[in-house]
Amino acid sequence: MKICITSMGNEKDAMMDSRFGRCPYFAIYDTETKEYEFMENNGVTAPGGAGIAAGQQVVSKGAEVVITGFIGPNAKRVIEGGQIKVYNGKGGSIEAEIKLYEEGKLTMIENAAPAHSGMGK
Amino acid sequence: MKIAVLSGKGGTGKTTVSTNIATVMNWNYVDCDVEEPNGFIFLKPEVKKTEYVKIPVPKIDEEKCIRCNKCADVCQFNALAGTKTGIIFFDKLCHGCGACTMVCPVGAITEEGRKIGKIDIGNTESIKCMRGLLDIGEPMAPPIIKRLKALVDEETTIIDCSPGSSCSVVAAIEGVDVAILVTEATPFGLHDLKIAVELVRQMNIPFGIVLNRADEEHDLITRYCEEEKIALVGKIPYAKKAAVLYSEGKLLIEDEEYNKMFKGIGERILGVKACS
Ligand code: SF4
Ligand code: SF4
Repeated sequence: MKICITSMGNEKDAMMDSRFGRCPYFAIYDTETKEYEFMENNGVTAPGGAGIAAGQQVVSKGAEVVITGFIGPNAKRVIEGGQIKVYNGKGGSIEAEIKLYEEGKLTMIENAAPAHSGMGK
Repeated sequence: MKIAVLSGKGGTGKTTVSTNIATVMNWNYVDCDVEEPNGFIFLKPEVKKTEYVKIPVPKIDEEKCIRCNKCADVCQFNALAGTKTGIIFFDKLCHGCGACTMVCPVGAITEEGRKIGKIDIGNTESIKCMRGLLDIGEPMAPPIIKRLKALVDEETTIIDCSPGSSCSVVAAIEGVDVAILVTEATPFGLHDLKIAVELVRQMNIPFGIVLNRADEEHDLITRYCEEEKIALVGKIPYAKKAAVLYSEGKLLIEDEEYNKMFKGIGERILGVKACS
């Protein structure tokens, strides 16, 4: 299974980014191979619909779980369409978040944050 | 002839200049500031006709769709997203470009109209007036502006644009004969003015400047116009009687002095066109 964590950097000791649509990188962790893959978030450069572009990218990657801080309503719709579960991360390093998830210590996000809440408004 | 009136930013008196010149010169008036069209407050035209503006958006037939995601890939505006459970459509992001319909290999997409706003058409005692009005929460102004401009006839018309230099302004000034840039005599005014000047120069539109709330002591705009060899077609001094008329929703040309002043500006605008 693939887990996607919104990340500030492209290394596994990077910190989680609490924004979904506008985080610089997605860390993809494969629970079987225990390997990490990093990809740049297409949403960052999108002129509009950042959350949708980001959501599409994560869905296309085949992730089944997302760990992030806030997720906007548009991104949430895409993620839900992809039948992906979203968990509320605690803002630690990528590795720490994975550990928390595997220990069942993260809670699922049910409601989408208001649009643009990840944009410093 | 089409005359666009623009400003670096909001609140510089663009609508005051547009409505007063239009009335005093007997030119028609079109309000392209579709997010906040204020011109009708002063002109008080009788609206005779209203037409709705729609853009074509995709409608996906789930039965026919083979989930190939081609439509989502082609959409430049992220209005479509392909997921396991099907294609998700975000109407507010759709520009109605039709690309998705074109690429669908199985003809699962048809287009339907989605209303984004309206156009009011009417007249005052002497001039024809139109305004576009974008529905609240709709982000896409250019389709309304384009429709408005398609309705403008050959008569001399003032086009009141949105403030700033956004894509709405570009859509509004495309193809006009002259542009009038309204500004204020402040450093901020000059800063915004320079951006607007850059825009009209790039679009090769002859232009002139109207200085609103002019102040003889700090006249950095006049100096700028001299240095840049730009026609300063009018200076409107600040006066209390103007503020009073304005607050009552009246045109400044009800006052004799302003009436003359705006006539003079109107004539000099015609001169800008002639000189270019
Ligand atoms: S019409 Fe254009 S903008 Fe709208 S969904 Fe289709 S491709 Fe995207
Ligand atoms: S292009 Fe047509 S068939 Fe392919 S996903 Fe879109 S609607 Fe479905």
